[in-house]
Amino acid sequence: MSILAFLEWVGQTPWSIALHESLYMYPLLESTHVMALGWFVGLAVMFDLRLLGWTFRTVPTTEFTSRLLPWVQAGFAIMFVTGLLLFYAIPVRNYQNIFFRVKMIMLVLAVLNIWYFHNRTERSIGEWDTQARPPQAARVAAVASILLWLSIVVAGRMIAYNWFDCDIQPQSDFINWAAGCVVPSPP
Amino acid sequence: MDVNLLPLFEWSEASWIGNAIRDSLWLFPVIEAIHLLGLCVLGGSILVVDLRMLGAGLRNTPIGQLARDVRPWLVASVAVMLLTGTALFASEAIKCYYNTSFWVKMTTLPFALLFTFTVRQRIAQMAGINTSARTRTVALASIALWFTVAAAGRWIGFS
Repeated sequence: MSILAFLEWVGQTPWSIALHESLYMYPLLESTHVMALGWFVGLAVMFDLRLLGWTFRTVPTTEFTSRLLPWVQAGFAIMFVTGLLLFYAIPVRNYQNIFFRVKMIMLVLAVLNIWYFHNRTERSIGEWDTQARPPQAARVAAVASILLWLSIVVAGRMIAYNWFDCDIQPQSDFINWAAGCVVPSPP
Repeated sequence: MDVNLLPLFEWSEASWIGNAIRDSLWLFPVIEAIHLLGLCVLGGSILVVDLRMLGAGLRNTPIGQLARDVRPWLVASVAVMLLTGTALFASEAIKCYYNTSFWVKMTTLPFALLFTFTVRQRIAQMAGINTSARTRTVALASIALWFTVAAAGRWIGFS
């Protein structure tokens, strides 16, 4: 079974249809998803600004990793759950949306960036914990994090626009390929 | 006294900036996206201090110092929000005039701004390492005010 066929089935499940057609649940989920940005991305950016040494220069970096990170993670949990439900409500349209696909790729990169920072760069944090300006590896991770999360926000916002949707044809071959559109071949 | 603000909204809608945004396919989405990026930084700048004033988060750092450190980011994000918000408003001012969420947001926003840059700023500056009933109350009021602004703002798009 292809992913598309699976998601077509998902989109036909009663709960997906109910969520999609609900008057208040869908907007409430979307609002929660958007407003939790100020929590999750906001606090993540504060952490990144510390890693860059742009502000909080006298606050030890471990203060952020031990005390602020749990709040960042809680914010991410809200983003993830509401995001999953928003996807579940309109699975096929999201799956075939070019902005959604770009967002997912950048999400994977953002997670890899966190993984690398946590398993490599952060190992030596004892040596630079109180430095106003952490080492280059940490600053690079912070820049990557800021750029990736902010791009994810922009891409996520753009999912709402149907400029490149599969049901609006003709699209360029590139868009049809990148969005995974099933276009009947000309006779 | 009954003030009719509709002409002001009509003027905004007819302004060159309102027209330029409406005439463009991508200008509104791009400005809207920047508005959202501003929301991220504003949310973080506000929350990092409010959490601290509630006794959570960066507890080993004095409250006043956190507030001072984050202030340029707070001011910059507010500036971005106001600029992009004004542009978005101009492109659909008449719709906003008849939109309850818009009025809720515009009523709350001045209080949120005033509170943040007067009472909250002063309390944060005076506070040291310990939280008190006062810092906690200020933090809760701040969260409630900004939450209302953000929620009402999001809801403008739904009605």
